[in-house]
Amino acid sequence: MAWWIHRGLRRALVPRGLNSSSPLLRPPAASSPYFSSLQSRSQENAAPESGIGGSTSSKTASFRSSLNPTEVAKFAAIAETWWDSQGPFKPLHLMNPTRVSFIRSTLCRHFRKDPFSVRPFEGLKIIDVGCGGGILSEPLARMGATVTGIDAVEKNIKIADIHAALDPLTSSIEYHCTTAEEVVKENKKFDAVISLEVIEHVADPADFCKSLAALTVPKGATIISTINRSMRSYATAIIAAEYLLNWLPKGTHHWSRFLTPEELVLILERAGVSVQEMAGFVYNPLTGDWTLSDDTSVNFIAFGTKRNE
Amino acid sequence: MFSSGPWLPDYIVDRLGGVLLPPSAVYSWLFLKIAANKLLVHVTPGHNIGLHTATSTPTSASRCTTSSIEVSPTKMWNLSRISFNNVQKSTRHSYAIPLTIFSLQNDSCFMRGFYTLNSQESGGLILPELLRNKSLLSPDCATAAKVMGHDSRVHFKVCEKNYSVTANSEPFDVAIIGGGMVGLALASALSSTPFTKHLNVAIVDPNPALGGSSYYIKNEIPGSRVSTVTPATISFLRDIGAWEHVKHQRHAFFDQMQVWDYTGLGYTRYCSRDVGKEYLGCVVENKVLCNSLLLSLQEKDFKKTIIPAKLTSMTVSSRSSSSGVSSGQSNTLDKSRTNNSEETAEPMHLQSLVRLELSDGQHIYSKLVVGADGAKSRVREMAGIKTTGWDYSQSGLICTVEHTGENHCAWQRFLPSGPIALLPIGDNFSNIVWTMSSNEANRHKLMSEDDFVKAVNYALDCGYGPHPQSNFLDNYIGRLPWGSGTTSIKESFQAPPKVIDVVSERMAFPLSLMHALEYSSSQFVLIGDAAHAVHPLAGQGVNLGFGDASTLTKVISEGISMGTDFADLALLKRYEKERKAANIPWMAILDGFQKAYSIDFGPINLLRAAALHGAQYIAPLKRNIVSYAMGEWNWPRFT
Repeated sequence: MAWWIHRGLRRALVPRGLNSSSPLLRPPAASSPYFSSLQSRSQENAAPESGIGGSTSSKTASFRSSLNPTEVAKFAAIAETWWDSQGPFKPLHLMNPTRVSFIRSTLCRHFRKDPFSVRPFEGLKIIDVGCGGGILSEPLARMGATVTGIDAVEKNIKIADIHAALDPLTSSIEYHCTTAEEVVKENKKFDAVISLEVIEHVADPADFCKSLAALTVPKGATIISTINRSMRSYATAIIAAEYLLNWLPKGTHHWSRFLTPEELVLILERAGVSVQEMAGFVYNPLTGDWTLSDDTSVNFIAFGTKRNE
Repeated sequence: MFSSGPWLPDYIVDRLGGVLLPPSAVYSWLFLKIAANKLLVHVTPGHNIGLHTATSTPTSASRCTTSSIEVSPTKMWNLSRISFNNVQKSTRHSYAIPLTIFSLQNDSCFMRGFYTLNSQESGGLILPELLRNKSLLSPDCATAAKVMGHDSRVHFKVCEKNYSVTANSEPFDVAIIGGGMVGLALASALSSTPFTKHLNVAIVDPNPALGGSSYYIKNEIPGSRVSTVTPATISFLRDIGAWEHVKHQRHAFFDQMQVWDYTGLGYTRYCSRDVGKEYLGCVVENKVLCNSLLLSLQEKDFKKTIIPAKLTSMTVSSRSSSSGVSSGQSNTLDKSRTNNSEETAEPMHLQSLVRLELSDGQHIYSKLVVGADGAKSRVREMAGIKTTGWDYSQSGLICTVEHTGENHCAWQRFLPSGPIALLPIGDNFSNIVWTMSSNEANRHKLMSEDDFVKAVNYALDCGYGPHPQSNFLDNYIGRLPWGSGTTSIKESFQAPPKVIDVVSERMAFPLSLMHALEYSSSQFVLIGDAAHAVHPLAGQGVNLGFGDASTLTKVISEGISMGTDFADLALLKRYEKERKAANIPWMAILDGFQKAYSIDFGPINLLRAAALHGAQYIAPLKRNIVSYAMGEWNWPRFT
């Protein structure tokens, strides 16, 4: 019975993604109040690592380190292999085009850009929180956006800088080794704040989402992607990916830190971002491709807009 | 850049890279201008000069008294091969046009040198003679040239108007090596897809006909080299805008096909109405296809450069291991590009590009190199991609023949030594593709025309065996309720039309099967015959190539729409996966046919005849065969 109640709650609260016909899930018009609240959350989690330094010094109470030193060390260890598409980051490289397609379609629709143009994001300022080696930042820059990438691991930023300089289209990306909280303190705002696969590595997701929301302009976009906390994701992302297929080093993820879509929507709402669209990523083992789908039970991505204050 | 000394005037490099000098009275009678790959030499009216762009002595030059002379550089030299005495220069990235300018007012006044452009796109004139032997100069010239000391460069004003930068200065996005049918089709497809229209494409092919606007005259005798294009290819060509041009030139649709063999035990007739279509395919001459593709390229607003040169070498800078450069690179690979610490260090953004050296001395940079240069592909060799395959010990003999009437059917008869095919080209002409052993092919090539005509008629009609007849069993099978629509079951065997004359020269080519083990490696990709070469017995070779071009365009366009680097190996591997899945079955089938029909052994003959009968009378099988051959049916796949 608890399961039925849970299922009912889930159905009531969670926007099911692009193909559902429920009126709650239609991306509301730009004038609706729900747009802005979703964006603000993405920033905070991106820089978990630099909080080590931050937390030791006595900063202001609002700076709560959303970083975890062990998480930092994990990423620093494999930093050189970011751009090796057959190396430890292979699943990320495989998944990247699918994530970019979701981001492209939601942002084009939100900002009323032409999806058939080669550079639809001209004039948009985007920040990629937790950019790592720049795997997401580079496609966004090629699509015309002014991209800022932040990460707390210095090595990642260096690698991202070097790789971005190789292509004149991406050499305009600015990379900084900093945390979302620091950028909030500098009072910078961005049209779109994107933080993919970061929030599950953060100590305090709620604070992270607040930082992300603070980085977004009112009526701007916030996009977060993470892994669901479900039985299926335990089997897939922990057992299969880490132990059976060796896609990820063991211990990359902690299942207890995953967020369910309902929880993510809740904390984003509290930070002032309202989720408009959600989609899941599904891996097809026969073809080796990732596709977008309604199935948010393992990987999912949420697009939200920040409420007008 | 240039080493400058205190006596040289200051120069500014304009934003296009030209070198501008402040006009000075000393130089005012002469300046050089680069426009559309030509060197223009302007002189002030009244001062006449002669010009010669080879390195012969100036006395053999043509003299010109107009105020400007336009000179196309006939020969470009790679500056690194020229050594001067006491000259400070960079040999790495320069090329030079040898040039002699002499004044007609004063015969002894001349300047001979090299007009140079280096990778920073600036120009200047190097005058080695002035350095080595100043006695060649008259005092006037010495003043005019204003060369002092041993500095190597005299600068002339280079006007930036129409400074259409020559090929080697701006990096290209895609360099298509080989401007044949498949290479041009790729360029044309890239220009028609919305996400790839903006790319900067270079086509490198030494064929001078590509530079002209049209190299086909309509009423000529049809050339011997023709291709059969399937309906799938026709719709691809229609999408890229080339089919319109083909329709105005000679082409021949055919809607029927008959296949039989010499034993007379079986035959099969296909008709396009079996699958509800109007035609099975169209036979078009290769030069018509090339011409149409060129025209479709030219009428679009697309950044393309046709470079009439051959590729001599390629260098790739070895970045991190993620670039996936195969370790089997040929010895032309130059890894020293990454360790460049001299004053002309390669700019960072050029390091990730492939540098191509061309036979006329210039070099170009490109992000992606596409090898469309045929079965003996240089690109494939240089990228270190291995191939598998074997030679058939056969040659294909092709020529154009004439009939008394029109022919709308494609005929193919399998003989003991190989198949002979008769394909209509249009206007009472047909094309013969006759496969036989190499010695036989040579003999047929050299025999007289009458003998050859007789041989052809013998091979097509009654030679080697009787005409096939259908018996009562076949009629019974044909009447089973397979489903409607296969009209060709009821058609009986027809004899092919008689050949009356050979109208073109006969050509013979050795046949082989070749398949590249990989179609792509980092920043290189192969399309067309460079990736796969097949037996011509089903006319599929170029159709597979056009399929490659279409898929590559689609993959690149998807990559660009998702913001990925289109030269990324992962993207190119997607293209490879898709095309291998399409090409390999075809190659297996064609090779199977070739082997099956090359054996003359009783039971095998009966098996083949049974297969032919089956293909003729079993309607669903026939429909599937026709659809597959027309390119409109794929094997079931999971995607």
